Amino acid sequence: MHTIRAAALRAARFNTDRTHFGNEPPIQIGSSRTPGRMGASLSIAIAAAAVSLAGVFGSATPSANAATGDQITIGLVTKTEVNPYFVKLRQAATAEAEKQGAKLIARFGKFDGDNEGQVAAVENLISAGVKGILITPNNSTGMLGIIKKARDKGVLVIALDTATDPADAVDATLATDNFEAGVLQGQYARKALGSKAPKLAMLDGSPGGTVDVQRHDGFLKGFGLKEGDPAIAGKQITHGAQDEGQTAMENLLTAHPDINVVYTINEPAAEGAYAAIKARGKLKDIVLTSIDGGRLGVQYVKDGKIAATVMQFPKIMATRGVDYVVDYVKSGKKPSGFINTGAKLITDKPFSGLPSQDTKWGLENCWGLVTPAAAPHTSFALID
Amino acid sequence: MSVISAAKPNRMIGGFGRLFTTPTFGPLIVLIAFCAVFSLTTRTFWAAGNLSLVVQQSVIVGTLAIGQTMIILTAGIDLANGGIAVLGTIIAGRLVAQEQNPALSLLFALVLCTCFGLTAGLLVSRLMLPPFIVTLGLLGIITAITRLVAQGGAFPVTDDLLSWTGNAFAVGDTSITYGMIIMFCLYLLVWYLLTQTAWGRHVYAIGNNREAARLVGIPVQARLLSVYTFAGLLYGIGAWLALGRIPNADPNALQNANLDSITAVVIGGTSLFGGRGSLWGTLIGTLIVAVLRNGLTLTGIDPLWQDLVTGILVISAVALDQMSRRRQR
Repeated sequence: MHTIRAAALRAARFNTDRTHFGNEPPIQIGSSRTPGRMGASLSIAIAAAAVSLAGVFGSATPSANAATGDQITIGLVTKTEVNPYFVKLRQAATAEAEKQGAKLIARFGKFDGDNEGQVAAVENLISAGVKGILITPNNSTGMLGIIKKARDKGVLVIALDTATDPADAVDATLATDNFEAGVLQGQYARKALGSKAPKLAMLDGSPGGTVDVQRHDGFLKGFGLKEGDPAIAGKQITHGAQDEGQTAMENLLTAHPDINVVYTINEPAAEGAYAAIKARGKLKDIVLTSIDGGRLGVQYVKDGKIAATVMQFPKIMATRGVDYVVDYVKSGKKPSGFINTGAKLITDKPFSGLPSQDTKWGLENCWGLVTPAAAPHTSFALID
Repeated sequence: MSVISAAKPNRMIGGFGRLFTTPTFGPLIVLIAFCAVFSLTTRTFWAAGNLSLVVQQSVIVGTLAIGQTMIILTAGIDLANGGIAVLGTIIAGRLVAQEQNPALSLLFALVLCTCFGLTAGLLVSRLMLPPFIVTLGLLGIITAITRLVAQGGAFPVTDDLLSWTGNAFAVGDTSITYGMIIMFCLYLLVWYLLTQTAWGRHVYAIGNNREAARLVGIPVQARLLSVYTFAGLLYGIGAWLALGRIPNADPNALQNANLDSITAVVIGGTSLFGGRGSLWGTLIGTLIVAVLRNGLTLTGIDPLWQDLVTGILVISAVALDQMSRRRQR
């Protein structure tokens, strides 16, 4: 769940924040009455344009009414659409629904934390008559009321990627066991370090985030360190963003030049850390590990920037979620509890006793977007 | 005196014939058109339960947009309104989580929101700083305070008083929440103040021409201060409505509420240059956005169309305002 969203979000928000509104004092002193005839006719023209636009929507999808016909409709509500992880999730769900002859209505929040947008989406989906809702809640306690309403109306609700709190607020949860994923990352880091005494830097996501804490704790367990151990040289918050990852790593390396192993919450943070490590000429001395499994991240592993990453599988969450809803409509069977969609270690330098896949397999099975080499951080091309 | 009489917004209380020349007419037609289209293309849009939903989904932005309308009428802008409301939810949520008296906690949150409105008002009216900059700066400050108070967490709200605005009673098939009633009462109150009192006429006059308003003896500073302070109180009430709608005080919530409320005001036909516009237009603008979101979900159309259409409406509304302005010169 931690991908480049933080950076992308901030970029997006920066743009909106800069939206400038004219604010110069009006000059005229005379009448500022009603718009007059011209204004009125223009309003009508605009209204007419709006009607025709709306007409286009209507006619473009004559069979779009979710409530008509016997087709099973399924709702999907993701956190945001700026994060390639959720784009992949949506694409996979849409494809699976098509395969099953069902119809998927996808909605998303506008930003991380957009509970209001997600609640409204679920309300509207219930109105649309969906049989099941797959949801990645922005906040694990933010959606409890509306989820209960949906379930009371007989809608199957499955949490994808992020569990609700309490977890049994939904029928079932399909997600990565992020603690287990962190353990894999930690075990690899420990083996890659060999016999050296560890000096660990931890580049965390956001303070208090559920997934962030699980990955962090899992890493320490796999690595064999306890919180507070002096071998942990420092912990920094990066929000999973590349620029913050770089700043954090620069500062940590200044404070502790002897750091030799690095935990990162996701690959953008790892990319930032890589730049800092490279600038210090310490590439050979430091084991850099990450987690998430986006296409960019696997590419970093292939390029040798990151030693290993742990991949999660949004595609499996999406397809199985759709399957469960279709199955529920047909047979009345409901899934329940926590369903682990798995995590895989991806590295080209494997160690015996630690099952892993190489980057070739990783690139074939990962989620996310490819970036054109010419402009690695500005434009994205979608691939399936 | 021409400014005063010109600014007198009596078009709102005019006869039926005037309706067609009011700035509210265009938005109203758009709203009716969208409702008609969605009623014809879906079976579920024109159901009492669904229409109630649309209004419930408008409650937070609709309330924030009241304050935004007043401020924009004075030729100002408020980028901090969503931030102030979120801080209100966090303060109330955290105090109640620490077992403080819910009524006092809510009151404290309301007072705090009002104080931030007062701060903005002082900076704008006394130091003559541009409202854009003042509220942009305040947004940063308030967001930081919110995160410091929240400490990275969210506060689930179980208290009956804090989430009371989300409670509903049924009228026939329609479920009415207390939050909806509060919002409509606020619209009525502010509409009355803006159109039926000297205070309201002063607000329009200041937005039309601040200097001229000062020259004819309107206490510009005091009026501006009162507008921003009152808006702050409305944002506090918005916070209460937000807790009713989603009983979870989340520091990450409502990040786009400032722009959403500006969108509602502009689509509603109020001029960003101040002095012209109506509060009912803002309510209609809020409803247009909610109807689009709801209707597009019911029809299963990609939600990005909503942003696209909203963008077109915003530009159309501003273009309309500019054209009518130019024509008058």
